[in-house]
Formats: sequence, structure tokens, C-alpha cells
Amino acid sequence: MPRKMPEIPSASLADIAFLLLIFFLVTTTMDQDKGLERRLPQWVPEDQMDQDAPPIKERNIFVVLIDKENRLMVEGEICRVEDLKEKAKLFLTNPLDLPNMPETEVREFDIVGNYKVISKSAVISLRNDVGTTYGAYIQVQNELVAAINELRQELAMDKFGKSYVNLSTDEQKIIQDIYPQKISEAEPKRIGGAK
Amino acid sequence: MSKFKKDNTKELPAISTASLPDIVFMLLFFFMSTTSMRQNTLMVKIHLPEATEINKMEKKSLVSYVYVGVPVPAMQHIYGSEPHIQLNDKFAKVTEIPDFIEAERQARDESEIPQMITSLKVDEFTKMGIVNEIKQELRKAAALHINYSSRKAEK
Repeated sequence: MPRKMPEIPSASLADIAFLLLIFFLVTTTMDQDKGLERRLPQWVPEDQMDQDAPPIKERNIFVVLIDKENRLMVEGEICRVEDLKEKAKLFLTNPLDLPNMPETEVREFDIVGNYKVISKSAVISLRNDVGTTYGAYIQVQNELVAAINELRQELAMDKFGKSYVNLSTDEQKIIQDIYPQKISEAEPKRIGGAK
Repeated sequence: MSKFKKDNTKELPAISTASLPDIVFMLLFFFMSTTSMRQNTLMVKIHLPEATEINKMEKKSLVSYVYVGVPVPAMQHIYGSEPHIQLNDKFAKVTEIPDFIEAERQARDESEIPQMITSLKVDEFTKMGIVNEIKQELRKAAALHINYSSRKAEK
């Protein structure tokens, strides 16, 4: 008659599991990487800079300045961050063909057909002071991206009846053509008085 | 001598702890699957700014991190309280960024280099001066795809 094997004690199993649990809690992070994605312009050495490039017309530039006190100036007027999105949306569509807003033209797109867009040279120029805080800068960037995203969303609902994120890559591409994300981050200058 | 009289002589049975390991293992697996390994120890204090229009970064293995912020209190007696740049596990100067990018590229497969992203983890209260210098260096190193790391804002 074979002897019964003694059972392996499992009382310490919990301790072992706790030990592992605590180890993983300490060495891992939960935070996901999220953020505003952006493409920087190509680096151009100073001696190769094109001095003869035709300047962009004043009406085609949407100037956003942030000074060292994080105050905002949009197109020569002091502006609150909350109002920036509406102003940017107006600039990017120019629905009334105002003379101080960018030139508009009717271009043909796939599927969408003819659509009134602003000139290809139109650009949002964001310029900040050396003393601007990063938080304020991101807040402004965020508002500008929000303006473009809202326009894209509206167009997607209008033309495709779907939310922008649910469109196919090709359809997204068309909408991106209509509302490109053109935000130029100019080199900083000192704005708003001496330090 | 009622029927319902409690029998106080018996002790309460002990709660069985046999399922405790199972519960803890469940927690363990939950944390193992939802978290990722900490890559480098932060030596700067970073409070990310808030934003609403954010995208997730798809491939974590292709991301290189640049941290900017005030050194943690334990380091302040050596490095002071001015914002510093941290690359990998040490403080660095702005001019070291191209070398850092080059090293990051060497570590990746050649076909993956165009998809590489540089994530800027910058403290909210840092002045833009230092951020601009970093951006210029990144442009020089042709690492043009960047991501301003930020937290999702509560609406």
C-alpha cells in the first residue's frame, strides 16, 4: 500500500503573490503617452535662406503673439484664449469674403466636388516670447488645433454624414486637403518690453 | 430550553484564506497588463500642461523622450533650481541633443527611423526660451516629428 504524499503547504502562496504584485506596482507606470503632435519645419542654414522668396500677403497670415506675461494678441488686437478658437475658425473659412481675411478660391476635390477654401499660402503664425510659460503656449496651440479639428469635424458630418475619426484614410485625406494644419512656429522674439 | 438558543460553546469558523492567492494573482495580472515598465528615473519635476486635442502615440518603442523641468529637491543642492534638460538618466545641455537623437537612431532598425517621434515632456511653468532652443536643435538633427506631451483635460 503506497503512502499518501504529504500536501504542499499553500499558505505562503499569497505572500509570494503579494510580493510580485508590489514589485510590479513599484516598477511600472500607468501613464499613457499622449500629446499634441506637430511637425517642425526643415532646418535651413542661415546663409542658404531664401531672401528673394515672395512675402506672404498680410491678409493671408493669422498672427498670434504671446508675450512674457502670457497675454495674447491676435491680428493686432488683445484677445482672450477663450475667443481664439472662434477667431481662428473665421480666418480659416472666411465665409463672408472679407478683405482683411485670407483670399478664397474654389477648388475641386474628389468626392466633395467644388468647395470654397482659403488660399494655399494662408498660414497661422504663432510667435512667443522667451519668457512665455510652456503651459500658456500649449494652451494656445491646443485652441488652434481645436479650431482646425472642429472645422474638419463639421465638414465630415456635412459631406460624409460620419464623424471625422470614423472616415476612411482616403476620405480623411480629402478633408485634410481642404483644411490643412498649417501652424508656423516662428523663432521667438522679445515681445512686450524689456525684461 | 428553546430550540433557538445559540450554542455559544462553539467557536466561529475561521474565514478560509484559500482564495486569497487567486485574488492577489488576479490583481497582479491586471497591473502587469495595464502598465508598462518605467524607463528612466526622472530627476526633474514635471507637471504636464492640459490639452483637449491630443493623440495617442502608437508605437512606444519608437519614441525618444526629452524631459525638461526643475530638478527634484534631492538634486537641487548640486544643480540649482533652474530648469534642466534630462536625456536618458542624466542631465544634459541643449547642444547634446543631436548626439542623443543620433544614438536613439542607431538603436533602432533602419526602416523604422522615419517613424520615430520625439516626445517633449516639459513642465508647465518652464519658460519657452529653453523649449525653443531644444526645437532648434531637433530641427538641426532633422528629428522633425515631435509630440508635446500633455494631459487630457477634464471637460
